[in-house]
Amino acid sequence: MAVETPPSSVVVHRGRSVLERPPAARLPDRVLKWTLTGLAGGILAVIGFFFVRLIVEANPALSRFGVFGFAFDGNWDVSRSIYGALPLVAGTLITSAIALLIGVPVALATAVFVTELCPRRLRGPLTIMVELLAAVPSVVYGLWGVFVLVPHLKGAEQWFGRTFDFVPFVGPDVPGPNYFIAGLILAIMIVPIVSAISREVISTVPVEQKEAALALGATRWEMIRTAVLPYSRSGITGAAMLGLGRAIGETIAVTLVIGNAPVIGHTIFSQGYTLAAVIANEFGEAANNELHRAALIAAGLVLFVLTLLVNVAARAFVVRGRRDRQGGVPGPLTASAAAGV
Amino acid sequence: MGAAAIIPPLSSRRRRTDRAARGLLAVGTLLAVIPLVLVLYYLIEKGAGAISWHFFSSDPTGSFLGDPGGIRSALLGTIEMVALVTAVAVPVGTGVALYLVEYGRGSRFAGVVRYFVDVMTGVPSIVFGLFVYITLVIGFGGSGYAGWKGSVALGLLMLPVVIRSSEVVLLLVPDSLREAALALGAPRWRIVARIVLPSALPGLITGSLLAVARAAGETAPLLFTSAVVFGTTFSLNGRMNSLPIQIFNDVGQAQDRLVERAWGSALTLVALVLLLTLIARLFARRSRFS
Repeated sequence: MAVETPPSSVVVHRGRSVLERPPAARLPDRVLKWTLTGLAGGILAVIGFFFVRLIVEANPALSRFGVFGFAFDGNWDVSRSIYGALPLVAGTLITSAIALLIGVPVALATAVFVTELCPRRLRGPLTIMVELLAAVPSVVYGLWGVFVLVPHLKGAEQWFGRTFDFVPFVGPDVPGPNYFIAGLILAIMIVPIVSAISREVISTVPVEQKEAALALGATRWEMIRTAVLPYSRSGITGAAMLGLGRAIGETIAVTLVIGNAPVIGHTIFSQGYTLAAVIANEFGEAANNELHRAALIAAGLVLFVLTLLVNVAARAFVVRGRRDRQGGVPGPLTASAAAGV
Repeated sequence: MGAAAIIPPLSSRRRRTDRAARGLLAVGTLLAVIPLVLVLYYLIEKGAGAISWHFFSSDPTGSFLGDPGGIRSALLGTIEMVALVTAVAVPVGTGVALYLVEYGRGSRFAGVVRYFVDVMTGVPSIVFGLFVYITLVIGFGGSGYAGWKGSVALGLLMLPVVIRSSEVVLLLVPDSLREAALALGAPRWRIVARIVLPSALPGLITGSLLAVARAAGETAPLLFTSAVVFGTTFSLNGRMNSLPIQIFNDVGQAQDRLVERAWGSALTLVALVLLLTLIARLFARRSRFS
C-alpha cells in the first residue's frame, strides 16, 4: 500500500507534494521493510546451506557405496566398515506404518467425536487433553515405554504372537523392545497433529450439507459418513501424511524402545533399528571415524529427503482440501496446529 | 397428520449401526486420552519419590556406586539454553512473520519463504542436530561442543513454529485497523509498532511459549551439540548439561538409582513444559481476535 501519486490539484512545494513525507521521515519505513525482508531471505539461505552441507559431509559414504548401494544394501556393520541403510529404512517404514495404522483411526475418531458428537461442555477439555499429548517430550515417552509399556505389554504380545502365528509378519518370539512397541509410542505421538488438522478440516464442512443430510432422515452416523467424511477426505489424507512425517523423524523415544539391532526383523515383534535411532546412538562413537560419520550423515540425508517428500505431498493434500471450499486461498494452519506439534 | 405419520420409523438395523458407530468414535476418543493419563500417573508415582531438596541442589556425580546426585546442572542448563534460544528465535521468527503479513502479501518471494518454512517444520529434530554438528562443532575450526550450539539447534527447530503461529495471529488483526491508520497518515513502521504488534501481542506470546515448551523437551538436537557434562556450567561456551539429555543417559545406564533419577527428572521436565503450555493458554484467552 504505497503512497499514491497525488492528484494534480495538490499543492506542490519545492518539487514535491506537501502531502508527501520528507525523505528522512521515510527512512524508518525502508529500514524496517528491508530488515524484515532480509530476515525472510536469511531463512531461505539457511535452508539452502543446510542441504548443501549435508550432501558434502555425506559424500565420503555416498561415493564409496553409491547412492543406491547405500540406501538399498542390507548390511550395516560398523566393525567391518560396511554401511547399507536398508535395515534402517525398513525399520523406519515399518514403525511408521504401525504408527499410522493405530494412530490415524484413533485421531480421526477423536476429531469426529469432538466436532460432531460430544456435548459442548466436553469439547474444550477433550481438545486440550489431546493437545497436551504433544507437549510431553519425546524422551519422557521413551522412558515410559521402556519401564512401563515394554514389561506390561509383553504377555499380551506373546499371547497374540502365539495365537496368530499363521498371520504373515506375526510370530511368537517377543523380545522386550520391538517394532510394535516403537510403533505404538509413535502412534501416541502423532495423534495430536493428525487430530488437530482433521478437526480443523472437519469443522469447515458447510452446515447446510450436514443439515441437508439430517433433513433427509439420515442418522448422525449416516450424516458423518455421507456429508462430513467425503468432504474432508483430502484434508484428512494430508493430516495422516503429516503424522507420517512426524513418525519417520521421531528419534529419542524410538531409540529407547526399538532394540537397536541393524537387521530387518521378520515379524512386527522383532527388534530393529531406524534411521533416526542409528544417528542418535552411533554418532558419539563415530566422531573420529570419517567413513562411519559420513554414513550416519548420509542416513540423516535419507531421513531428510524422506520427510521432505512426505511433507510436500501432505501440504499439497491439506491445501487442496482447503482450496476446494475457500476459493483458492491456501491459508496457514491454525496457530495451535502449527505450534502445538 | 403428525410428523410420525410422514417420516417412517428408523429401521432397527440403521439404529444399531448408528449406535455402534457413535460408540466406536467415543471409544476412539477415550483411547486417545488414556496415554496422557497413564504417562502422568506413572510420572507422579515413580518420579515423586525422587524429588527432594537434595535432588534440585546437587549436581549429578557420575560415580558408579553410591549417591548419583541430583539434577541441578541439567535444570540450569536447560533453562539457560532455552532462554538464549528464546531471546533470538522469537524476535527473528516474529520478524519473518511480520514480513510475510505486512510486506509480502501476494508477493512470490513471500510465497517461497512460506513454503520453505513449512518444509522446515517437517525436518526431524535430529537432522538439525546433525547440521549444527557439521557446521559449528567440527566446521569453522572445530571448537567442540558448547551450550550455545545446542541453542542454535533448538532455534532452527523453533523458528518455523514461531513464524507460522505468529503469521496466523498477525493475519487476524483486521485490515480495517491498518487502513484507518494509513488514512490518518501514519507511516508503515508506526502501524506495525503501535497497532499491529500491540493488538496481536497475546496471540504472539501464546505461539512463542508453545514453541519454547516444545524446544525445552527436545533431546535429539542436543545430543551432539551441547553434549553431556555433570557439573554445573554457567558458560554457554562450554559443554552444558540439560534435562532431556540427562534422562536419556540415565535410561541408557539401566541402574535402578539412575532410573529413579530419570523418573524424577522426567517429572520435573514435564512439569516445566506443562507450566509453559498452561501460561500460553492463559495468554490465548486474553487474545482480542480469534
